[in-house]
Amino acid sequence: MDGMHDLGGKQGFGRVRYSLKAQTFHEPWEKRVNALYSLAVKLGIFNMDEYRHAIERMEPRHYLSASYYERSLTSLATLCVEKGILTREELERRAYGAFPLSTPSAPGRPNVATREHFKPGDKVKVKTDYVPGHVRMPGYIRGKTGVVVSESPAYPFPDAHAHGVKAADEPTYDVRFSTEELWPNSADPAFVHVGVFQSYLERVV
Amino acid sequence: MPDQSHVHQTTASVEQRVDAIQAAFDERGMKPGEFIEEFRHLAEEQWVPENGARVVAKAWTDPAFRQRLLANGRDAVTELGLTMPVHHRHLVVLENTPAVHNVICCTLCSCTAFSIIGLPPDWYKDLEYRSRAVRQSRTVLKEMGLDLPPEIEIRVWDTTADTRYMVLPVRPAETAGWPEEKLAKLVTKDAMIGVSRL
Repeated sequence: MDGMHDLGGKQGFGRVRYSLKAQTFHEPWEKRVNALYSLAVKLGIFNMDEYRHAIERMEPRHYLSASYYERSLTSLATLCVEKGILTREELERRAYGAFPLSTPSAPGRPNVATREHFKPGDKVKVKTDYVPGHVRMPGYIRGKTGVVVSESPAYPFPDAHAHGVKAADEPTYDVRFSTEELWPNSADPAFVHVGVFQSYLERVV
Repeated sequence: MPDQSHVHQTTASVEQRVDAIQAAFDERGMKPGEFIEEFRHLAEEQWVPENGARVVAKAWTDPAFRQRLLANGRDAVTELGLTMPVHHRHLVVLENTPAVHNVICCTLCSCTAFSIIGLPPDWYKDLEYRSRAVRQSRTVLKEMGLDLPPEIEIRVWDTTADTRYMVLPVRPAETAGWPEEKLAKLVTKDAMIGVSRL
């Protein structure tokens, strides 16, 4: 889905709030949230792709105003309700107030049937796919051309794995794009490498 | 009783919401308290940048290890007794040179090789770094205190799948002859993310 989470290349954001030896956690509850969603994954209540997708399904207004760990919390609660572990009513009764959850999920998709195998040096194009469900293709590479630099082991296909759709594992290719290809005349000169799932790619001949 | 469902209810605080889930898990026998303690231990004692620093120092002093690390990061870190979560199936080590600078980010969320380089710092997960690192790398690095000469090529690695990355920094010239333990103390999380050079 083309959600609010897909931030790569979005303009208008200011300086990174950088500090030396920056912390990961600032409040004790943040560590508890991280632990609780890790526990849910460990217990098999949901997988990491479902977890990521439930964050992506937050309403944009909520996504942008929530802290990182509030997004984790929202995903955890949403999935526990969707999986029938808890009800929203129970959560709101226990929390003494409203408990905002993510928006409902749209269908996922299996792997693309005819997937090509690529080698380092092959020129590839990212397909111009638009999907309603989970996808790990950042919008800024859609339709763009790059060069394969390496291949990963096979991973669960996120577009399926986030939706309980049966699919084969498939590799990603690290694809090298120039920023000039991604944002012509509008980016610092550099190369951007993205791990792109096989189903998202086609050969450039 | 009149229907109240349309009435806007005040949102509970995040702490109240976390407490609610924890209590519900507890009631279902999922033992959240125990797991939180276990997680705290992992986050504070196990997933620390000192792990990656050992890897870097070893790569600086042992050319054969360096080769193995660049060929298969996951296997190589295992030699040092380090582990990665099962879903991190691949660790790609990015070698900085005097001519090439690598930097990692995750535009879609906040993925990192956290068991090796430590859990991501707050700014790594912020909207500013996630939106700008891919498009304005040189500007962002400069704002963060790393002003790279224009002849250095920048390679940004966006962690969009379950492949994990770490940067192998250039060994500082003045460290010739230093033992591994002393070298490891120089290596920071930020250098392994690639927002600083040593």
